[in-house]
Amino acid sequence: MAKHILSVLVENHAGVLSRVAGLFSRRGFNIDSLAVGVTENPEVSRMTIVVDGDEHTVEQVSKQLNKLIDVIKIKRLDKHESISRELALIKVSANAATRSEIVQLVEIFRAKIVDVSKSTLTIEASGSEDKVTALEDLLKPFGIREVVRTGVIAIERGNRIIKVTNNEESDSNGKDVL
Amino acid sequence: MKMTGAEAIIKALEAENVDTVFGYPGAAISPFYDALLDSGIKHILTRNEQGAAHAANGYARVTGKAGVCVATSGPGATNLITGIANSYMDSVPIIAITGQVRSDMIGTDAFQEADITGATAPFSKHNYLVKKAEELPRIIKEAFHIATTGRPGPVVIDIPVDVQNAVIDFRYPEHIDIKGYKPTIKGHPGQIRKAAAAIHAAKRPVICAGGGLITADASGEMLELAERRSIPVVTTLMGIGSIPSDHPLHFGMVGTHGSQTANYVLHHADLVVILGARVGDRAIGAASTLAKKAKIIHIDIDPAEIGKNIDVTVPVVGDLKHVLRDLLELVETGDSAEWLETAADVRRKNSRKTEREADGGPAGCSTDACGRGAVGMQAADTEYVNPKYLLSILSDYLPEEAVVTTEVGQNQIWAANNYRVRKPKTFITSGGLGTMGYGLPSAIGAKVGRPGSTVVVISGDGSFQMSMQELGTMKQYDIDVKIVLFNNRRLGMVRELQLTRHGGRYSQVFLDSNPDFVALAAAYGFRGERISSDVLVPEALRRMTASRGPYILECMVDPMEPTL
Ligand SMILES: Cc1ncc(C[n+]2csc(CCOP(=O)(O)OP(=O)(O)O)c2C)c(N)n1
Repeated sequence: MAKHILSVLVENHAGVLSRVAGLFSRRGFNIDSLAVGVTENPEVSRMTIVVDGDEHTVEQVSKQLNKLIDVIKIKRLDKHESISRELALIKVSANAATRSEIVQLVEIFRAKIVDVSKSTLTIEASGSEDKVTALEDLLKPFGIREVVRTGVIAIERGNRIIKVTNNEESDSNGKDVL
Repeated sequence: MKMTGAEAIIKALEAENVDTVFGYPGAAISPFYDALLDSGIKHILTRNEQGAAHAANGYARVTGKAGVCVATSGPGATNLITGIANSYMDSVPIIAITGQVRSDMIGTDAFQEADITGATAPFSKHNYLVKKAEELPRIIKEAFHIATTGRPGPVVIDIPVDVQNAVIDFRYPEHIDIKGYKPTIKGHPGQIRKAAAAIHAAKRPVICAGGGLITADASGEMLELAERRSIPVVTTLMGIGSIPSDHPLHFGMVGTHGSQTANYVLHHADLVVILGARVGDRAIGAASTLAKKAKIIHIDIDPAEIGKNIDVTVPVVGDLKHVLRDLLELVETGDSAEWLETAADVRRKNSRKTEREADGGPAGCSTDACGRGAVGMQAADTEYVNPKYLLSILSDYLPEEAVVTTEVGQNQIWAANNYRVRKPKTFITSGGLGTMGYGLPSAIGAKVGRPGSTVVVISGDGSFQMSMQELGTMKQYDIDVKIVLFNNRRLGMVRELQLTRHGGRYSQVFLDSNPDFVALAAAYGFRGERISSDVLVPEALRRMTASRGPYILECMVDPMEPTL
């Protein structure tokens, strides 16, 4: 099993998220993460979905997603040809003895401390999924109280863009099979 | 033009050339029903909303147009659900219009509120909850477009009662552009060339014809291909009708309940050309072994069906009529005589075997005869009616364009394997969902859609009692449907399964306290007759088909009668 990143342009209206999520559970596909937000075009939202599965599964996911009327376009992002980022907020136990060690770690990871209390530090970290996970692992011995992660968002490198264009649509419909 | 939302719905339906809707009123859809009074659209009041959805389906399947059903919110809408799911599985275009509680009450568990867009999302092609009356014209236009194009399917439009009452300026859009919906029509030329090459290279080709051929009106093109290369044709349950049953190249239905010959031909081919079929588990069980033995060409309008259940050598996405026409440009005349001879031999052996097994009973009781060989045989005096015999001669009493619908169970498989189908869109059955209670209301829809055609439903005593309230609909609108009711006093198909898989431990399959179905017919003012011997079948069929008006022909069937 491998992880695959799908960028999905969808109509920005109510019910679309539940349609997409419902499709995954109904067809037995595993979502690793799903992040969604509006795009430069207010009528369109972009979802970044990380799917766990083999080649056949990912092809089926793409084709089934394509069948949803509200899904405008799907693109599978190549790991090497795209940049992916995740944001995490991590609340970790800290006292006078451990605080400076934690601060050092945070600096190495170019993360930020965004809140301090007598017994905790809250860290904002962003980067690739692996990087965020690595920081989380290193913080574990101090006692992690709470973790919130956004799920991965991704964009292609260079001048490539994913846009709503009409005539390309039939192309993407058949692409995976032709 | 200023009008209410409800009037706008009617106007839009008129613009879509809807002549008939099937439905059931209630509070949340009452503005629609009020506006309907001033319209020329005919409304058929079914006895349950499920009947309305199945009738819309039957109407759609014989006309090729979208069928429309209407229900109120909550229980009205949930009663439609089986019919919506059934239409989804069989790719039938229906529009389901449901009333909904007032917009400001949505989400409060108001009286008769049910989240019907949420509930139907898994088995509708698309659905809409209309928030503003101004959106109605566009949404209805889109709904018809989505339902009837590409791979057809049901579309649900849920309309809150205040939206029906709001006043709007009506303008019906001429064009619509749905960004995320552009079905592929023309096949990829390179792929079509590959398909032609594979057909030329094959020594043992077979065509597996699915329901998509009938939807695409491409049966003729398929036959041309088959005849040009003398390719044997097998069908799926949904593909019945794409080739006449007695066509020399027809080798029967494949699958769990198909004929031995069809399954033999399919599994001994070196090239399987799958046309508009989704390779369902009941049709092509061992898909992975099949793909190892043979090359597979799969042509379908839905890219998601290609490669879903079987590995494909040559995939082609597109509308079957277009793709087959392009393919026919490239395919040369030729044949594989030896292969065809082998297939014909297998058929001869199988049909002789089944005739012997039928133990001197009238011929035509053969799954592999497909309605051949029955004609002219003398029926014997028996204790029961042999359903396979009746079905094998039924077409002799019906014009070519007569429509036969079926219920689900043994009755359905008996019909699929023994009734002689002559034209596309004349054999209507619930394939993907296997919905008991579908046959009678779909026959009603079929009769409304094609009033000039004789319509017969092949029924079982279990399934019949799931929808028999629709006799009331037939009475009210004088809908002339003939009912052949195979009464085996069992849920026969399940009884058989319990025999083969549970060692004959019968659990809840007995229907020994059935009502008197002939008296039931009489209660509605219909004619009826009960027979229990094969000798009586020909005359009974003649009486039924010659009579005017609804008719129940109850045939007593051996409870132990096997499916195949
Ligand atoms: C709505 C529904 N409920 C249950 C089933 C399961 N089922 C399949 S066939 C069958 C028996 C059908 O009995 P009947 O209509 O009498 O037909 P027969 O098999 O006896 O011809 C049942 C219960 C079904 N297909 N549909």
